[in-house]
Amino acid sequence: MSQVVFEKTQYLTDKQFHYCPGCNHGIIHRLVAEVIDEMDLDGKVIGVAPVGCSVFAYDYFNCDMYEAAHGRAPAVATGVKRVVGDDTMVFTYQGDGDLASIGTAEIVHAAHRGEKIVTIFVNNAIYGMTGGQMAPTTLVGQKTTTSPRGRDEAWCGAPIRVAEMLAQIPGSYYIERVAVNNTANIVKAKKAIAKAFRYQKEGKGFCLVEVLSTCPTNWGLSPVEAMKWLEENMIPYYPLGVYKDKEA
Amino acid sequence: MALTLMKGSEAIAEAAIRAGARYFFGYPITPQTEIPEYMSARMPEVGGCFLQAESEVAAINMIYGAAGTGARAITSSSSPGISLKQEGISYCAGAQLPCVILNVMRGGPGLGNIQASQGDYMQGVKGGGNGDYHLLTYAPASVQEAIDIMMFAFDKAEQYRVPVLFLADGIIAQMMEPVEMPEMVDFKIDPEKKPWACTGWKPGDDPAKRGVINSIYIDTESLTEHNEVLQTVYKEIVANEQKWEYYNTEGAEFIITAFGTVARIAKSAIDELKKEGVKVGLVRPISVWPFPYDAVREAVMADSVKAVLDVELNEGQMLQDVKLAINGAKPIDFFGHYGSQMPTVDEVKAKIISMKEGK
Ligand SMILES: Cc1ncc(C[n+]2csc(CCOP(=O)(O)OP(=O)(O)O)c2C)c(N)n1
Ligand code: SF4
Ligand SMILES: [Mg+2]
Repeated sequence: MSQVVFEKTQYLTDKQFHYCPGCNHGIIHRLVAEVIDEMDLDGKVIGVAPVGCSVFAYDYFNCDMYEAAHGRAPAVATGVKRVVGDDTMVFTYQGDGDLASIGTAEIVHAAHRGEKIVTIFVNNAIYGMTGGQMAPTTLVGQKTTTSPRGRDEAWCGAPIRVAEMLAQIPGSYYIERVAVNNTANIVKAKKAIAKAFRYQKEGKGFCLVEVLSTCPTNWGLSPVEAMKWLEENMIPYYPLGVYKDKEA
Repeated sequence: MALTLMKGSEAIAEAAIRAGARYFFGYPITPQTEIPEYMSARMPEVGGCFLQAESEVAAINMIYGAAGTGARAITSSSSPGISLKQEGISYCAGAQLPCVILNVMRGGPGLGNIQASQGDYMQGVKGGGNGDYHLLTYAPASVQEAIDIMMFAFDKAEQYRVPVLFLADGIIAQMMEPVEMPEMVDFKIDPEKKPWACTGWKPGDDPAKRGVINSIYIDTESLTEHNEVLQTVYKEIVANEQKWEYYNTEGAEFIITAFGTVARIAKSAIDELKKEGVKVGLVRPISVWPFPYDAVREAVMADSVKAVLDVELNEGQMLQDVKLAINGAKPIDFFGHYGSQMPTVDEVKAKIISMKEGK
């Protein structure tokens, strides 16, 4: 007799991901979808996709979805949440160019208002979709197509630490930074995402989970090398952990 | 029904609520700040939501969010703020989201001034944001007319799945007029009527009914198909939704074209000229997109008409549409101001007289 030991969550569609081999977007999608599935929301969930490599997230998450303008997902989610109220979960899924550059006003003010949404912030230290330009999160010295000699701090500043920044805002409720570079961290990441959604369900306030992520394609590394680069370069500058938890 | 004296901005805001709007997102800017102020007090009384956004960019994206759930959502601003909304307006048009946007126009370009203007005609009817789209655009000439248009604006927006834009000059919002305020419409989100909206689809439901509010169609075929849908809707709107007013056009020697408050000044000039024996008529577009080309042309092509005068509170923006309507068949002259100084009755009269005298 055969026995099903693993099934893809029903909150992901059957559409094949378009992500590059070794890209972490796929893992993060699965974690978010599993958390939603485990919450038994009976369709009471609406997601907002960004502009970036995850622009087609509306094709992958199997629930009502929006595709927002570049950086505006938190404002779109605000409009949604103000209509649907506490019992429908609203989340945004955004990259670092989207959230930490063009969309800084929208994310800061969503946090400031204590907007009861969850933001999944995928920080891969680069603009993936447009072919590897410098992001506000690009590390000092990191070479990109618009910082060909490596990011020069004197010229364009040091990388923004979003979790730390948003934790300072009175309206934010829960902020954690995680990574999906090994099994232990994947488990932690899922727990963080689940906590964020639980807080939203309880009507608590603005929750953001920053997920450090790879972009092997634009980093010019193999998937394995990319994971190693993330561990050796990103985690030291972007330490993992809880930056704010009003309940703790 | 009794008439009440109301300030334009408050009357327009109340009419939006009567028409079923329950979500207002906006940002203060003169000369329309009384609209968000009124909404902030009034929305909670009707179980609605007023939220002051961090910017006009955010406000229009909140509209995108709220409208995608099927709710009736409205935002208002004035010219510089409307410029900031253009990105979101284009996304609303692309995603076919019904909503209402009020532009209480002030002088420009840039920060311009805070007085009335009609300087955003081009922005409103010729694009504004990126891509091939149109907004069903109305230019009310009185507070009552703004109320009356508001009462069907959401219906039209939902019928065609397009954003509706009000192009009102600052005077409409700032003046007080006696008005008749219609009864409250009973509006509820109805997933049957808006099968495209995000209203709680769950895995296992018909995949075709999953709510996806979106304007990206990455391959050429699907974007072509999507744009064909939009263009078909625009053609229907052009065929069915042109609105205009004729005033004294019968036997007129001159036709004035004007919209909004300027058209009222033109009417006063026309009345005075009539007493002086000069026959002048007015064509006032009420919908400026779709522009009533045929109505303008018909009035102008009458044998009695010698020439046309377009009057605007800008440098001649609608003039281009009037010229398209007439297509060179009769001479056209223009009179306008572009520093927010209203053309006066005397100025309009003098211009017509000089045209009559062939100057
Ligand atoms: C208004 C606007 N500006 C620029 C772009 C081009 N653009 C598309 S994706 C992107 C960067 C996305 O990077 P990020 O948010 O880090 O996402 P990633 O692709 O790395 O996941 C840019 C600049 C756009 N689509 N819209
Ligand atoms: S370009 Fe980078 S972020 Fe985008 S899918 Fe490929 S690896 Fe992932
Ligand atoms: Mg990125």
